Amino acid sequence: MITQLTTSLYNQLVMAAPDCLQPGQEPKTFTDIRSQSFRKFKQLGFPTMKLEDWKYINLQGLVNQSYSLEDSLPGRPVAHERAHIPGLASYHLVMVNGAFRPDLSDSIEDSGITVMPMAEALDELLFAKHFAAYADKTDNPFVALNTALFQNGLFISFDKGSVAAKAIHIIHVVAGSESLFSQTRNLIVMGPNSSADIVETFITEQGAGKSLNNLVSEVVLEESARMQHYILQTASSQSSYLTHTEIHQSKYSLYNNYNCTFPGASFVRNNINVRLAEADVEGHLYGITLTADDQLVDNHTIVDHLKPHCESYEWYKNIVQDASTAVFNGKIFVREDAQKTNAFQQNNNMLIGDKSTVYSKPQLEIFADDVKCSHGCTIGQFNEQSLFYLRARGIGEEQARILLVHAFAFDVTSRFSNEAVKNYVERLVEEGL
Amino acid sequence: MLSIRNLQASIEDKQILRGLNLEVGAGEVHAIMGPNGSGKSTLGNVLAGRESYNVTGGSVTFDGKDLLSLSPEDRAREGLFLAFQYPVEIPGVSNINFLKTAVNEIRAYKGFSPMEAKDFLNMVKEKQGLVEFDAKLANRSLNEGFSGGEKKRNEIFQLAMLQPKLSILDETDSGLDIDALRIVANGVNQLRSKENAFILITHYQRLLEYIVPDFVHVLYKGRIVRSGTKELALELEEKGYDWLKETVDAEAEKAI
Repeated sequence: MITQLTTSLYNQLVMAAPDCLQPGQEPKTFTDIRSQSFRKFKQLGFPTMKLEDWKYINLQGLVNQSYSLEDSLPGRPVAHERAHIPGLASYHLVMVNGAFRPDLSDSIEDSGITVMPMAEALDELLFAKHFAAYADKTDNPFVALNTALFQNGLFISFDKGSVAAKAIHIIHVVAGSESLFSQTRNLIVMGPNSSADIVETFITEQGAGKSLNNLVSEVVLEESARMQHYILQTASSQSSYLTHTEIHQSKYSLYNNYNCTFPGASFVRNNINVRLAEADVEGHLYGITLTADDQLVDNHTIVDHLKPHCESYEWYKNIVQDASTAVFNGKIFVREDAQKTNAFQQNNNMLIGDKSTVYSKPQLEIFADDVKCSHGCTIGQFNEQSLFYLRARGIGEEQARILLVHAFAFDVTSRFSNEAVKNYVERLVEEGL
Repeated sequence: MLSIRNLQASIEDKQILRGLNLEVGAGEVHAIMGPNGSGKSTLGNVLAGRESYNVTGGSVTFDGKDLLSLSPEDRAREGLFLAFQYPVEIPGVSNINFLKTAVNEIRAYKGFSPMEAKDFLNMVKEKQGLVEFDAKLANRSLNEGFSGGEKKRNEIFQLAMLQPKLSILDETDSGLDIDALRIVANGVNQLRSKENAFILITHYQRLLEYIVPDFVHVLYKGRIVRSGTKELALELEEKGYDWLKETVDAEAEKAI
């Protein structure tokens, strides 16, 4: 007889799935999507390093262990002050282990803005229209898994012309001493001509156990909508993340994504895909990744130009310290229809640690013939000449290094339209060195 | 103020300075001239503490302190300033922020609190005027996209802001047109006082028409082979460095 001492996450999920997928409680169309997704997940399984999109990271250590699949103490009080951003006028929306916690959150008074837990949004028209319409078109197994089994998340919608007077600050907290696998599913629909700053911060409660967090967000920008989306990864080493953000843009819309990762979370994989699905769209991706210790941060992005007269600008900066690893894989597609596209991509890396590693893979696939595209990548260290120049003016070595890293990040930080977030990120960069 | 004794230095195993002696007192301006490759810039860099140079012998005391044991930043904080021959461009670091950091780190070293923003800005305004440094440049990234002349003027602007005891100008005149040279020289002349000293490293006599030195030294093969007053510079200009090389080499042969 064979006694299995530990079960893998995969087995656990397969065992738990039938309960979640049972028809009855949720609308049938929705259960159908879930079942279909689960079949897809089962077929794909967890990705291995043999797959091109996952070749730099080994997930085996993370998925070959068992987790608690449910929060054992939902509703507990949780401190989230650590995520607050000085000087930022904001509404806090607090998510604990994926569950929206109205009791810890501010209510949004601006008219035309709706916030509700995903579980309550299943009957919403916008939900039916947009849910699983974008992210699930990719072949990311974690999206399929998320669609099949998620229980928690946020639904936010902006009516036509509505404007968030303050930034909407979503704080994702991992809490609890148990080893937890959590899934969050968000859907944000920006109606025509609406506008918002959305900030997402990831934190770990002190003393929290190990966790693996699988988040999927679908963001829809309708005609002329504008969104500034800041993602600030500041969790601690026991927390690991798989995130997938799929953005779908309509005519005249503007989307800016600022993706910042700081020392802490030991494993972070972000997939950010922007689909410029109609003409005259701007979609920009900026990233600062500052890593330390043996952290692994993998940013995979896709900028997909589908229609003419669109512009995208992507700039990722990695600063890797100690024995950490950063991955940048940026793909730009310019489809046959996307004439007069302006697409720019740049990835700059600063390797500070003796044992640090960077994998950079810029990719450009162009099927149209009247476009302007460029991509580039650099890898370097501290410039000794610059360091000496600063020191020769009385600036200490440590301060000089901070100044140079600030300067390195400047191309990206100078694009932040929100001053408070910008200052906060600059401070986190300084503290992370 | 500065006392250099038998200084020897090398770079990548190549001996450059071979026993250099120099005394600089407060209020003095010394010019160091010499042909290419004689070790002029090495001297400036060794004094400022550039790590790619190895000091293989000799000593340097600066106001009684062993200069060579100090880090580059502590040398600056003690009041030594090197105006770079090739100022570095650092995109992303604003000129003003850089200066504020430098001024305040030097103040902290001396036990003073950071300068009030208003006082700092007043000082910036005053010193900018001194070297006719465009206020717009002060707000730009450090030296980024500056012309050669603007970079050199920025060096003198920084010098004015940091108020060092000893300033070493490493070929500050090279690449300057006559107007820029006059402006730079004018700035330096206004900053001269009884308390501070200057070492002007230059290849040409031209700069010395505008900043009149108290002493002129000629560096050749890593040693000072002639010292005199400003007339020595004129003689060099007239006869050329070849004349000097020949006479010095002949003397050396005779000695053997």
